[in-house]
Amino acid sequence: MPADLNLRLGLPGSDQTDVDAAKSNKRASPEKAEDTASNGVPAAKSADDHETAPAPKAQIVGWPPVKSYRKSTAAAVKKAEAESGMYVKVSMDGAPYLRKIDIKLYNGYSHLLTALEDMFKLSIGEYSEREGYKGSEYAPAYEDKDGDLMLVGDVPWEMFMSSCKRLRIMRGADARGLGCAQ
Amino acid sequence: MDQDHKKLKESPFPCEGLEKVLSFIDSHKDRSSASLVCKDWYDAERWTRSKLFIGNCYSVSPEIVARRFPKIKSVRLKGKPRFSDFNLLPQDWGANVHAWLVMFAKVYPSLEELRLKRMTVSDESLDLLARSFPGFKALSLSSCDGFTDEGLKAIATHCRTLTELDIADSVTVDIGGGWLSCFPEGFASLEILNFASLQCEVSFDALERLVSRCRALRVLKVNESINLEQLQRLLVQVPHLTGLGTGSFMQELTPRQYEGVQSAFSNCKNLQVLSGLWDATSLYLPLVYGACASLTFLNLSEADLRSGELAKFLPHCTSLRRLWVIDTVGDKGLEAVGLSCPLLEELRVFPIDPYDLDNRQGVTEVGFLAVSRGCPNLNYVLYFCRKMTNDAVATIVQNCPDFTHFRLCIMNPGEPDHLTNEPMDEAFGAVSKTCTKLRRLSVSGLLTDMAFEYIGKFAKNLETLSVAFAGSSDRGMQCVLEGCPKLRKLEIRDCLFGNAALLSGLDKYETMRSLWMSACNLTIKGCRLLAKEMPRLNVEVIQDEWSDETHANKVYVYRSLAGPRQDAPPFVLTLGGEDI
Repeated sequence: MPADLNLRLGLPGSDQTDVDAAKSNKRASPEKAEDTASNGVPAAKSADDHETAPAPKAQIVGWPPVKSYRKSTAAAVKKAEAESGMYVKVSMDGAPYLRKIDIKLYNGYSHLLTALEDMFKLSIGEYSEREGYKGSEYAPAYEDKDGDLMLVGDVPWEMFMSSCKRLRIMRGADARGLGCAQ
Repeated sequence: MDQDHKKLKESPFPCEGLEKVLSFIDSHKDRSSASLVCKDWYDAERWTRSKLFIGNCYSVSPEIVARRFPKIKSVRLKGKPRFSDFNLLPQDWGANVHAWLVMFAKVYPSLEELRLKRMTVSDESLDLLARSFPGFKALSLSSCDGFTDEGLKAIATHCRTLTELDIADSVTVDIGGGWLSCFPEGFASLEILNFASLQCEVSFDALERLVSRCRALRVLKVNESINLEQLQRLLVQVPHLTGLGTGSFMQELTPRQYEGVQSAFSNCKNLQVLSGLWDATSLYLPLVYGACASLTFLNLSEADLRSGELAKFLPHCTSLRRLWVIDTVGDKGLEAVGLSCPLLEELRVFPIDPYDLDNRQGVTEVGFLAVSRGCPNLNYVLYFCRKMTNDAVATIVQNCPDFTHFRLCIMNPGEPDHLTNEPMDEAFGAVSKTCTKLRRLSVSGLLTDMAFEYIGKFAKNLETLSVAFAGSSDRGMQCVLEGCPKLRKLEIRDCLFGNAALLSGLDKYETMRSLWMSACNLTIKGCRLLAKEMPRLNVEVIQDEWSDETHANKVYVYRSLAGPRQDAPPFVLTLGGEDI
């Protein structure tokens, strides 16, 4: 049966399963590289270092050594980032340690905020463009690519996913200055 | 006889004469040698040096430079270690040019040229530059970051005598294109303009007017925002260009437009360098054929051509010496290179799919062999592939023994010879043995200490070595440190070399520019020991999420006259006798 008639779960256009099977013998994966460097060297840490079943190949930071500005590889870089997780640190004002979450796992702001409320055992109020998060003790903010502190929810979800570097759950009072008034 | 001897001792070579002679010496290496002869020569040299080259901005301080050289007109300055190109260095690591510019503004008001590589350049710095040097001519920013269109606006607005603005490979985010419109109406001195890597829309109107004014323009590299029709209008103004970077080829052309563009290209009789060609397809690629007869450098690294398209293109480029392509051309495309480019000296093959997400074949040893058979003058190669064999490499260097730069990247870490399953040691042994002029080597694939024994034994002219996922013990690194007398830069990642290897190079590092080791087996203790033994080295440990109190995950060692960095961010730990 031609491959494209096989029904299966997966992203459109991805043809991973057959390919992986054929290549798994030959390919020296990053995990293997760790084995050969046997004296406890933390070799090749990948961005994707949690369990995933049919492995998107683990990405090694900065390997192969291609400059990221190249447009010809920029598409590949984006795709690679898309297939590995998008982990960001989450801090909460007053809490002693941080958490890390994979934003890729959420399908939108309400999903993300519910998860944060659950993780930190708190409540985040209603979002409005004009007034930010009203009526809650805490408000979610994030640090974007430029290093600026932004209020979660102002930009479209996709834009947020690609620009969010770190999340910070701020006390409601401190977050008021982040309202969207331009 | 006695009198002559006495004369010689009493009247040394008159210093004006010496200065005159030395002013003809350009090479900084020769000048360095001259300065070491005696004090008079040192003084004469420092007064006549006008071009400054600093390979590591932290090896010396602006104050030291200002004290020694009073009359500098041209500066070339390099900053971050090369692995920063591949995101191995955290943001805000350093190499900020500002302190240098402040010094230049004070001490070298006649500065004309500034060429920076891997440095952080803020808008504030560009503004300072634009206002401080009335005769400023050439600015080149290669792989730099930190600036936006505000900084470029300052340059365009205030640099009245600018001849060169080259923003090659620099990383800029959210940059606007308004800067191009800031060149004043009377401004006409530009000879080189390269903004190919900037992601912004510029005003075509402003660009067209600028180009029409600058009669001496010889190199123009536009960015993707410029389409074919617009490019034609530019080419018509400057058919005498020697270097052209096109914009995007993604445009539907009417037959009349097609002819117009084709004719414009055909009128470019002096073209030596061609690049850009984004989204060039077999339909529109032939447009450029007419401009390619004198082409010596063809950069197709942004155009994912297939073998047939390349095979049709190359016969039009009979003078080609340098070729950059994407591996979509495949081994077949490289066969065409071997057949069509007998004068070829440099080949770079970049991967379309570096992370192997689409299971693209790319190129293998077959393509490389084909090129080596047809291009005996090959001396520079950068080759990304997934498969290679020892035999092929041995044959390749037999065919092309003149390699000075051999950079082979087998993309899967630790990949063996795909036919014999053996390590790739013999391949690099052959390269080291056969290529006696080898100055730069990047190794890859499955490698044991044997590979490094070969390198240490044979690569006597080697200056730069890049190593990743290789070696079987400390001995590997030791062989290189002990065996390569001209080694200047050593960059190592993800190898098991440890403290013993690091410390075996104690006497070596002061003769080198720098050493980089990341994800190896180094400890803070070992680095501290190095720092203690060699006080004139800066031993820096970059702390990231993989470091802890003992493991030194990213180590950067370099000789310096300036002592420890004053601007080190909190995550850079400078080790010394007592830690700084």
